[in-house]
Amino acid sequence: MAEKIIVDGRGSFCPGPLMELIVALKSAQVGDVLEVLSTDKGSANDIPEWLNKVGHEYISTTESDGVWHITLRKAK
Amino acid sequence: MPASKICVVVVSGSLERMQMAAMVASVGAVSGHEVVVFLSMNALPYFVKGNTSKAPHEGDMGRLMASKKVPEFKTLFEQAVELGDAKIYPCSMAMDVLGIEQDGLESYLQNATGLTKFLHDAQDAQVWTF
Repeated sequence: MAEKIIVDGRGSFCPGPLMELIVALKSAQVGDVLEVLSTDKGSANDIPEWLNKVGHEYISTTESDGVWHITLRKAK
Repeated sequence: MPASKICVVVVSGSLERMQMAAMVASVGAVSGHEVVVFLSMNALPYFVKGNTSKAPHEGDMGRLMASKKVPEFKTLFEQAVELGDAKIYPCSMAMDVLGIEQDGLESYLQNATGLTKFLHDAQDAQVWTF
């Protein structure tokens, strides 16, 4: 499995980080772990909802210094 | 995966309304919904190729958004098509009034459509109007 893929959506507002994640998911392999960085709290709440809806594996969300780290695994 | 269809009708040329329409279309399209967008009236001129004019804001939110890194509504509509397979139809009546042909519009738009087809598309869909 590849290294964790970082998706840097810092500074962008909803739905920018989600769109950047989707672009990254297109080129990722099934099983890859991705970590989205977002300074937009709305996206931190919305991305896990989206993962649940479309069927990718949501792993965790952490926050430090105003940056949310949303970790997930591409499931399909 | 939900199969429900979302129709987005964009009539306004204000920044806030086109932004919200683009958000509904793009997030809907990447979340498994079939998304159909109908562009008419004051919204359509922003999709004429080469038109780089900024949409006027209605209030403080629009002014604030313009000063922050909010994704541009045209970028979001294009992503709705590229990432979520949304279909964006320019209104044939608005094109006639503007005097523009299909090749004068952004290339990610579908061929012009009239209300009859759009109403047919919308009959089994959620309809969102901006």
